[in-house]
Amino acid sequence: MIFRLKGLKRRPKIWILAAAAVAILAATAGTGCKKHLADPFPPSGTVAGWDKTSETRTFAAKDLWQYIDGDAEQYISAGVVSTSTSDYKYEGQLEAVVDVHTMGDAAGAGKILETNTRDAKPVQLGDAGVAYAQSVIFRKGPYLVRIVAYESTPGTPQALLALAHGLEARL
Amino acid sequence: MNSRRDFIKTTATGALLLGSQTKLGLAAMLDQNAGHAPGKSKVIVARDATLHGQDGQLDEKRVLALLDRAIAAYTGHDNPITAWKHIVPVGKVIGLKTNGLGGKGICTHLALVQAICERLQQAGVKPGEILVWDRNARDLEVCGLTISTDPNRVRCYGSDVAGFEDEPAAFGKAVNVKLAKILTRECAVVIGLPILKDHGGAGVTFAMKNMYGVVQHPQELHGGGCNPYVADLNCIPAVRQKVRFTIGDAISSVYDGGPGFHPERLWQPNALIVGEDRVAIDHTAWQMIERKRAEAGMPTLEAAGRPPRYIATAADADHKLGVNDPQHINLLEI
Repeated sequence: MIFRLKGLKRRPKIWILAAAAVAILAATAGTGCKKHLADPFPPSGTVAGWDKTSETRTFAAKDLWQYIDGDAEQYISAGVVSTSTSDYKYEGQLEAVVDVHTMGDAAGAGKILETNTRDAKPVQLGDAGVAYAQSVIFRKGPYLVRIVAYESTPGTPQALLALAHGLEARL
Repeated sequence: MNSRRDFIKTTATGALLLGSQTKLGLAAMLDQNAGHAPGKSKVIVARDATLHGQDGQLDEKRVLALLDRAIAAYTGHDNPITAWKHIVPVGKVIGLKTNGLGGKGICTHLALVQAICERLQQAGVKPGEILVWDRNARDLEVCGLTISTDPNRVRCYGSDVAGFEDEPAAFGKAVNVKLAKILTRECAVVIGLPILKDHGGAGVTFAMKNMYGVVQHPQELHGGGCNPYVADLNCIPAVRQKVRFTIGDAISSVYDGGPGFHPERLWQPNALIVGEDRVAIDHTAWQMIERKRAEAGMPTLEAAGRPPRYIATAADADHKLGVNDPQHINLLEI
């Protein structure tokens, strides 16, 4: 738009240019934000041993029941905006699922994290995190991330933590 | 609880009663009124502590053996093929309603589905007359099932393929319910294969709650701890009349944090819960969850604010889906 304006014989007023610049900046920032939210999932190979084995599926709050019918209510009441999920596999064997819940604010993420994790081991991830033998849950800002492995092996906890750090870095 | 010998006596009486009719088992039930028959409801809880090996892997052969024991105890026939002939009708499509909602970690076990399909075919049911189904392909595939619409094989697909009725059904507060065409048009009889789980809203999800997978918009039935919606949904004629038997999967379960997969709350009851009375089955399943929660030092579901009230509702005079009074449940744990 600005480039086209340059070609016009009549010079636009300064305030129009300023408004256009602000609009473009806002649009660019918005696009960047959406892109960031759309795919926080590490591609295959970016976290050692982990491959992303499915497409990312994203559910808006109103459609969350399609993914976690019955579980959806607690996330909705905590202000979930959307949930994205993808499957992963570690060294071709250990399967896991990653859920990234985008909440309305950090308090919403905190509310979910505090639910039913009283016996978990605290881990240093994001703003707060916990780990069990087969799962890792952490929050960072408005994001709540849950990684669950389908089997327990001696290497499962470390592998999950590595993947969690890979996700944390992308949020 | 009765001894197995006592139970066989009463079960045999029941089987004779069924046998005295012109049709057998569920075939006869299809022609009965939907009302619950008076008397005690039979529920079998069959266990095998070694169902999972030392490596934690499920032993598929033992699943078949466990199924045979459960069905033998229920019917009074030790020969599994004879027993199944007393359960299923001939020449009709039999639906097996699985539950894959919780994802790969907590869904109806493939080994159980395969075992039932094997016995059904040995009892004379043609492969194409068996239809394994759930909400959609994803819910079936997480169980390890493969989608197939081939009429010459055991069929397996969801409502994403078959669709829902345009005309809504209703009972009580469950209104505007659009049922799966698989239920309304394809299956003559449905055997429910739910998996035992704690449920963040309803308290427990098992036989009756599994029917949320037969409606287009189950999210509209979750208010008030799913009460009275679970009971109301099960009273809709197609659900009430066609879903007549449950082989409940309690091979593994989550006792808290459900209905999703929470490995930290996973437990292996290594059991099947079998019967016709969906209310009695759910009551029995609820007690199992409560015992496990107590063992784990967790509060009761009542104390946690989510008792499964829909079970009592299902037994009340407005619903009459079955019995929830232990005095009227003929429970055999084998």
